[in-house]
Amino acid sequence: MNPVNYLYLSALLFTIGAAGVLIRRNAIVVFMCVELMLNACNLAFVTFSRMHGNLDGQIVAFFTMVVAAAEVVVGLAIIVSVFRARHSASVDDASLMKL
Amino acid sequence: MENLIALLVGAPLLGAAVLLCGGRRLDRTGHWIGTLLAAVSFAIGLALFADMLGKGAEERALYQRLFTWIPVEGFQADIAFQLDQLSMTFVLLISGVGTLIHVYSIGYMEHDERRRRFFGYLNLFVAAMLLLVLADNYLLLYFGWEGVGLASYLLIGFWQHKPSAATAAKKAFLVNRVGDIGLSIAIMIMFTTFGTFAFGPVLEASGQASQGTLTAIGLMLLLAACGKSAQVPLQSWLGDAMEGPTPVSALIHAATMVTAGVYLIVRSADIFNAAPDAQLVVTIVGAVTLLFGAIVGCAKDDIKKALAGSTMSQIGYMILAAGLGPIGYVFAIMHLVTHGFFKAGLFLGAGSVMHGMNDEVDMRKYGGLRTYMPVTFVTFGLGYLAIIGFPGLSGFFSKDKIIEAAFAKGGAEGWILGAVTLLGAAITAYYMTRVMLMTFFGEKRWQPDADGNPPHPHESPRSMVIPMVLLAVGSVAGGAVFEFAGFVEWLEPVTGYEHGHPPIGAAAVTACTVAVMVIGVGLAYLQYGRRPVPAVAPRGSLLTRAARRDLLQDDFNHAVFVTGGTHLTRSLVYVDHSLVDGVVNGTAASVGGLSGRLRKLQNGYARSYAVSMFGGTAVLIAATLLMRAV
Repeated sequence: MNPVNYLYLSALLFTIGAAGVLIRRNAIVVFMCVELMLNACNLAFVTFSRMHGNLDGQIVAFFTMVVAAAEVVVGLAIIVSVFRARHSASVDDASLMKL
Repeated sequence: MENLIALLVGAPLLGAAVLLCGGRRLDRTGHWIGTLLAAVSFAIGLALFADMLGKGAEERALYQRLFTWIPVEGFQADIAFQLDQLSMTFVLLISGVGTLIHVYSIGYMEHDERRRRFFGYLNLFVAAMLLLVLADNYLLLYFGWEGVGLASYLLIGFWQHKPSAATAAKKAFLVNRVGDIGLSIAIMIMFTTFGTFAFGPVLEASGQASQGTLTAIGLMLLLAACGKSAQVPLQSWLGDAMEGPTPVSALIHAATMVTAGVYLIVRSADIFNAAPDAQLVVTIVGAVTLLFGAIVGCAKDDIKKALAGSTMSQIGYMILAAGLGPIGYVFAIMHLVTHGFFKAGLFLGAGSVMHGMNDEVDMRKYGGLRTYMPVTFVTFGLGYLAIIGFPGLSGFFSKDKIIEAAFAKGGAEGWILGAVTLLGAAITAYYMTRVMLMTFFGEKRWQPDADGNPPHPHESPRSMVIPMVLLAVGSVAGGAVFEFAGFVEWLEPVTGYEHGHPPIGAAAVTACTVAVMVIGVGLAYLQYGRRPVPAVAPRGSLLTRAARRDLLQDDFNHAVFVTGGTHLTRSLVYVDHSLVDGVVNGTAASVGGLSGRLRKLQNGYARSYAVSMFGGTAVLIAATLLMRAV
């Protein structure tokens, strides 16, 4: 199978993720969309690794997974505590950081 | 002997320092200290003069170098003195007349509680003036030049409680400053052209510089001379300077300081000889001022201002003579010295009259004083005869020589200058006779002063009378002494001399001079001797009214410089406010407005930040791809 198709898939996933981040209000969904974008990148890395015949891309993909796992821990904790304080998981309600 | 030169300056400088720093404890002895130190300077001057007379003409100049004032690579200014025949003449005039006027001031300022300070300033003046004439380079001369300007300012404004005196002092200082700019520019041009400003090297090298440079230096020196010597167009301060005490008017504004411009031109003779254009301007300035001062002198009722107009006019003669080149330099100095005697004497006489008349200065309120103040009358009368050029007295010899030299200039120029000097001599005779008749002859027109005290004219104390007598002797004998003891030979090694031959013969010129003098006296007699003098000035013709206002010099200065300057500053302020401030404020406002708009982007919505992040990334990627494609 032509590896370029994997790149198309990767681009499609990234776009879906990005659109979700921009459009959805629920913090959990936004968070999942971020994860979708990260994994789209992972897919691209692995594909390039295969196309170029070296392992660098796959190693970077492992790093990304570790960082994403750590991020999920911190991010979910923040979302839960915001929800407890404000009884809402909407990102638009948390708009106090402005002049 | 040359080690004594510094003492000439040092003695009065010491006097000034002691008197001005000594405080009240010197109030009772201060005037004696001041007079003594001026006399010490005169005595040293006489000793040096005797020594100089004993030497041959070429070895007479003495030099003394004290120390280096400003030692910089490629620029060296020395405190160094040069005493040659020209400086010697000035030293004797300054310290001699200066000492006499110190003595006179003891009596004149007797009732002034600030007399000690007055003597301090007088000593400061004498020191600065001696420094001016003894300097061996233009920079040190400039130092003395500023020093006399300072002393003049302090002394004109000595009675500073009178607003008129304070204003007059400021005016004198400001107008002099215009001239001083000329001197400083001249020195700068000299330094860039010749690499030095010592008299010797500059004057020797003056032949090598270009004509334009020499003309520029000459004109700038003339501007300086115009300021200090009250020549047109910088003449306006001298009349107001009469607000100072009368001894000051006699010493600074008649005998010595105002002649510094003549000294400067004669000292720079080599430069002017090589720049005929500058010389021509010098003669024009002299001729114009000569008539200007004389006309103003005719219309003034204030005795001191009439004499001030006369001073201006006589200095015009000197400047004119100095502009004639080698045929005139010697006579400019000769007239300067004789004028120093008779004009100082006339001012001291005027001071004596004021002293007896409750400080009244209006000649229309004098009259018939000759029997009340006989000594003043006789000494003033001798000064009067000397200034109008009565045959045999000092003014006759010196003025006649200048008129001859003016005619001897040759061509149309010579005829015009000769005619102007003759006309000036006639007007001089007219206004001086007017002063004489209004003050000492006719009926009494005395009026009580502001406090209602009627005047009791009396002869002045001995300390005032003796200097007047000595100056009168000088006014009578000075000219003859110079004429027959060889003043021309004395100055020739310094200034150069060339005998001028007037086209109509020297005897004819002398006859004309005497004739116009008689006409001037006669006219004044008809107008002021035969008819009673009105106590209130008549309205007079247009010219008379203009002359009473100093020929509208102040109105001219006000219209051109004050009003013009105000408009200039106003327009500059407008440009500053609208253009300069506009640019600055506009930049600030646009930055502020822009940031106000940018601030709206900071809305707190996480998703809008995400949009800008994505958008930015997309732009970056697009740019990268575009660059790679190119």
